[in-house]
Amino acid sequence: MRFQPTDPRLIEVQEKLEAGERLDASDGVALFRTKDLLGLGVSAHRVRLSKNERRAYFIYNQHLNYTNVCKNLCRFCAFGRRQDAAGAYTLSLDQVEEALRSRQEEPIREIHIVGGVNPDIPPEYYFDLVKKVKEVRPEATVKAYSAVEVHHIAQISGMSLADTLKRLKANGLEMMPGGGAEVFAPRIRRELYPSKIGAEDWLEVMRQAHLAGIRTNATMLYGHIETVEERVDHLLRLRRLQDEVPGFLALVPLAFHSANTGLAHLPPTSGYDDLKTVAASRLLLDNFPHIKAYWVMLGLKQAQVALSFGADDLDGTIVEERITHTAGAESPKGVSRSLLRGLIEEAGFEPVERDAFYEPVELRDGAHAVG
Amino acid sequence: MPLDEVVRKVMTGGRLNREEAVLLYRDAELLELGCLAHARRLVLHPESLVTYVVDRNINYTNVCTAGCRFCAFHRAPGSSEAYVLSHKELAGKIQETLDLGGTQILLQGGLNPDLGLSDYREMLRFIKERFPIHVHGFSPPEIVFLAKKEDSSVEEVLRALMEAGLGSIPGGGAEILVDEVRRRVSPGKCSAEEWLEVMETAHGLGLRTTATMMFGHVETPEQRIEHLFRIRDLQDRTGGFTAFIPWTFQPAHTRIPLAPLGGVAYLRMLALSRIALDNVSNVQASWVTQGAKIGQVALTFGANDLGSTMIEENVVAAAGVSFRLSEDDMIRMIRDAGFMPARRDTFYRILSTPV
Repeated sequence: MRFQPTDPRLIEVQEKLEAGERLDASDGVALFRTKDLLGLGVSAHRVRLSKNERRAYFIYNQHLNYTNVCKNLCRFCAFGRRQDAAGAYTLSLDQVEEALRSRQEEPIREIHIVGGVNPDIPPEYYFDLVKKVKEVRPEATVKAYSAVEVHHIAQISGMSLADTLKRLKANGLEMMPGGGAEVFAPRIRRELYPSKIGAEDWLEVMRQAHLAGIRTNATMLYGHIETVEERVDHLLRLRRLQDEVPGFLALVPLAFHSANTGLAHLPPTSGYDDLKTVAASRLLLDNFPHIKAYWVMLGLKQAQVALSFGADDLDGTIVEERITHTAGAESPKGVSRSLLRGLIEEAGFEPVERDAFYEPVELRDGAHAVG
Repeated sequence: MPLDEVVRKVMTGGRLNREEAVLLYRDAELLELGCLAHARRLVLHPESLVTYVVDRNINYTNVCTAGCRFCAFHRAPGSSEAYVLSHKELAGKIQETLDLGGTQILLQGGLNPDLGLSDYREMLRFIKERFPIHVHGFSPPEIVFLAKKEDSSVEEVLRALMEAGLGSIPGGGAEILVDEVRRRVSPGKCSAEEWLEVMETAHGLGLRTTATMMFGHVETPEQRIEHLFRIRDLQDRTGGFTAFIPWTFQPAHTRIPLAPLGGVAYLRMLALSRIALDNVSNVQASWVTQGAKIGQVALTFGANDLGSTMIEENVVAAAGVSFRLSEDDMIRMIRDAGFMPARRDTFYRILSTPV
């Protein structure tokens, strides 16, 4: 890259990075505030190249949203509903098996399992669910339950977080998704998700997961009522935990979609904000190996562009994504591997189909030609 | 010539030749193209305004005999879905445009064998007698079609339309200005030479025009660049182009079975356009084909204009893509990117800056 940022504040940041210094909160705020989008991209792209070279990852995965019943009913969510509401559902284990078997022929590497916090689900369900998934899909990684769900499972099982995680792991859970972090600031929690666990509990679940040898992701839901300072604080808290007990694989910045939520008056995130958030995350989270451009929320075009602004992963092929689409996402519900590969190559990167742990998937049995 | 030298040449204000443009397009990183294009944009438009026009696309007929393979809008003569707008419908649409603060209409249609020059003149007179609105109308394929149908010259047709009220010409139908490509995707439409001749003649008569480019179908990267240089060469002679507007082919419901190009391919071409077309003042972002997000990001990849609010748009929508933006959305987008929004007229003169 032959260019430097033009924003003087970004030049300072760039100098810090070159000197191997860590960025602080005031740097972080400057990253989000800058209008020098390209300069920010230039800095983030350098870090991206040093960490992941020209690789851009994607995974062949399946989403399983086992219930949309949720007692938390966060204001930003269009997916959760009460047990007695129209359209409420909870999948039985047989239905789960059917959903998995219906795609048995596909080379799926990861089953991504998240759901609402449904008070009517007994504790055993959660353990049986991961066990069932692992039985039906032994070759796929079971990536299950956000910190919010794990915290709930521990509570209703009367077990410690450590024991709950140990038992989930023994039943087949291999990794955890990063959902439910939202924005950690107590003000945001009070206004948007008062019934859900807050920052301390979320971080504690992840700490325990990492201690138990479970790798996880982290998320940040941006573009609602949070300030730039609150975003930076969120990211730095994630960075601190990763310093103390490493285990996060990727940060997934989640662009807020307002349709059908309690915040429907808010406009969608802007193209600038999406790319700035990806780039700022890449620069602040120097101890995270990966930054994901989650195409379901960004749209395919933006996700592709984000690969030049610090992101190295487009997430998955995903069939049947429900949560963001309930909130009005206009992206397709699923895409093929050849489409993702094509987008990555067009953007000038090297497509790598990965497993849940970012290991390249061996091309075997002509899997390359499928889909 | 190594990439470094080409980059230096652009940074010092030098003019690219075709080989240098190909090299830059092929080898530069996305962000490098962005930085170069943005630097060029700031030289041409240091005031950090982003302009837009309040207008409506009116497609007076969807009947077309050109049969372009990339088009999902046209219908054959006699089709049950064929239409020609009545004067009453036209008046309704224009009144609505004026009510929304619109200053121009983009009036375009298919090559309809049932319509002759007198119909066009009547349509223009009907509009101009009743409404204080600028008519940006009739792309070169329509002009060439009319000239052939009337057995008349391009210049005569243009003069007749100007006399009836035509104010400027949109740059549509350029697609890729290389006949090898046109023969494959739009064999029934005017040649590259004819397209350029219409524009040169129009510029000579004092009609300003835009130029467009539709890429991402069967053309090669070199042919895209050839397109840019044909525009640049003509602009050197006439100076009549107000703006250049590239966009990507939208394949749904067309007869070219390809995946659409992504955001990166769009931004690269947009940036190269800004860099190579040093004599065209304005470059427009195509939010209609790219969506609001890439449309906004385009503002730092060379675009200084967001085009039209498109109170109505039919052609891209027929290919399955229907992004909508209100004027307020546009203003917010522009400000969020750190620019100042400004309403403009057809000639890129600032009309007002929203508060």
